[in-house]
Amino acid sequence: MTLEEKQKEIIDEFAVYDDWMDKYEYIIELGKDLPIIDEALKTNDRIIEGCQSKVWLDSKFEDGVMKFTADSDAIIAKGIIGLLIRVLNNEKPESIATCDLHFINEIGLQEHLSPTRANGLASMVQKMKLSALKAISN
Amino acid sequence: MIDQELKVSLGVDSIRDDFPALHQEVYGRKLIYFDNGATAQKPQTVIDSINHYYSKENANIHRGVHFLSQQATDKYEQARRTIQSYINAPREEEIIFTKGTTDGINLVAFAFGETLHEGDEIIISAMEHHSNIVPWQMVCERKGCQLKVIPINEKGELKMEAFKELISERTRLVSITHVSNTLGTINPVKEIIEIAHKNGAKVLLDGAQSIQHMKVDMQELDCDFYAFSGHKVFGPTGVGVLYGKKEILDSMPPYQGGGDMIEKVTFEKTTYNVLPFKFEAGTPNIAGGICLAKSFEYLEKLDITLVEQYERHLVEYAEEKLLKIPGMRIIGTADNKTSVVSFVIEGLHPFDIGTLLDKQGIAVRTGHHCTQPIMEEFGIPGTVRASFAFYNTTEEIDTFIQALERSINMLQ
Ligand SMILES: Cc1ncc(COP(=O)(O)O)c(C=O)c1O
Repeated sequence: MTLEEKQKEIIDEFAVYDDWMDKYEYIIELGKDLPIIDEALKTNDRIIEGCQSKVWLDSKFEDGVMKFTADSDAIIAKGIIGLLIRVLNNEKPESIATCDLHFINEIGLQEHLSPTRANGLASMVQKMKLSALKAISN
Repeated sequence: MIDQELKVSLGVDSIRDDFPALHQEVYGRKLIYFDNGATAQKPQTVIDSINHYYSKENANIHRGVHFLSQQATDKYEQARRTIQSYINAPREEEIIFTKGTTDGINLVAFAFGETLHEGDEIIISAMEHHSNIVPWQMVCERKGCQLKVIPINEKGELKMEAFKELISERTRLVSITHVSNTLGTINPVKEIIEIAHKNGAKVLLDGAQSIQHMKVDMQELDCDFYAFSGHKVFGPTGVGVLYGKKEILDSMPPYQGGGDMIEKVTFEKTTYNVLPFKFEAGTPNIAGGICLAKSFEYLEKLDITLVEQYERHLVEYAEEKLLKIPGMRIIGTADNKTSVVSFVIEGLHPFDIGTLLDKQGIAVRTGHHCTQPIMEEFGIPGTVRASFAFYNTTEEIDTFIQALERSINMLQ
């Protein structure tokens, strides 16, 4: 599946929910599929500290694609990270660096990615893109 | 039923009709606004006055010869007197318009700070908002003063014995919040003021969370400074008040320089205007000041002792219901508290709870509430905070509890 197809798939999955609470119930479920970062990798340099929830992110460049693992102390944050990783995992750094994550807006989660929300998720996307750029330049 | 009696005596139903923001839906659910500690909603009279000011009255003040300017000046100065009378300040020039609490505290920190010397001490407490911590740290850095902090106990009350040990003839200022925005604690400010004055120290009260909930009387309290924000008293944002005793304000140098604050400017020497203008440089928030007076006119019509009782009842009602939830820990259990319920639930992140409450139409605040030292004291990353105003009801609290239970079920 291409990055675009993955976004489309998520948009379709969310289209069945018209109630916000159902949507969040699903996000919480998705958090359980998140590829969890190794406990040993939860070091300070992998923390994305927001005002509210803590997020750990590890990125690797392997076999020409990016691999991400992550965790958070907040369950909803975990679900949203899970979605981001589902879209970006195993993608070429070039596609990650230039992609437009429009699915976030379309499923109505943009509030969590707004930089002023200060919960670490906005900086997480930024970090994923930066690590992709680093992989390209290396 | 004490609840219904209080509600009817205060006229909560008709009060609610005065606040248009309360009557709307968010995410398809009826909005329940429990974030009054952050900012309060505005009555229609305040909203109308803003519209009216800009439609018909807009002019610059204190300097025009024309009708509108004169009229705006009169209204602005009348607003000052309305506020003076509401807080029972002895003189109108003791009411200084500011941008808000933070601005008022910074004004004192700078200008009163200029009168401090190396070795002088300032006392604050462990429950202060960052805006009553950082300005004093800056003064200490600038002037070589020492900052002392009154600790709090596990209920979130000031340790008064420790305060008595901290204060000495070196203490020049005690700057304390009247009511804690995170814990709801009402501090024994009268006692603090008496002790401070006996030791020759001045007292600043951070009134950001008290003026909207209780009677505050400057002459009865005898504090030296009292700062509050308009937006938390049902008024506009960007305007607030610093009350200060005239003789102390007179002894302080100006805070900012500019128009309005001067008597005469030459390149050799500039002399400053009298109070309150000495501290009001530049064109002020004219609409803000005039419309803030409208919120005090609104409050004047309510019986503030009934407001106090009713809001205390809301807090007790909410706490009783919350404590039935397994894993519930209320942060801030002072004997004397009001309007704020902060809590954590074992194993759950406040951010998750806040997000799910939001989606059910309930506005609360989560996080450290700009009081990181309190979070450290209690060993928690943050809390969920519900903060009430007199337009909230026990019915809303029931809905909130149901929504909270639903959120917990989803997260566990
Ligand atoms: C106790 C306390 N002090 C100071 C402030 C700062 O008020 P403002 O941001 O309106 O200046 C607040 C606002 O949250 C507060 O609750």
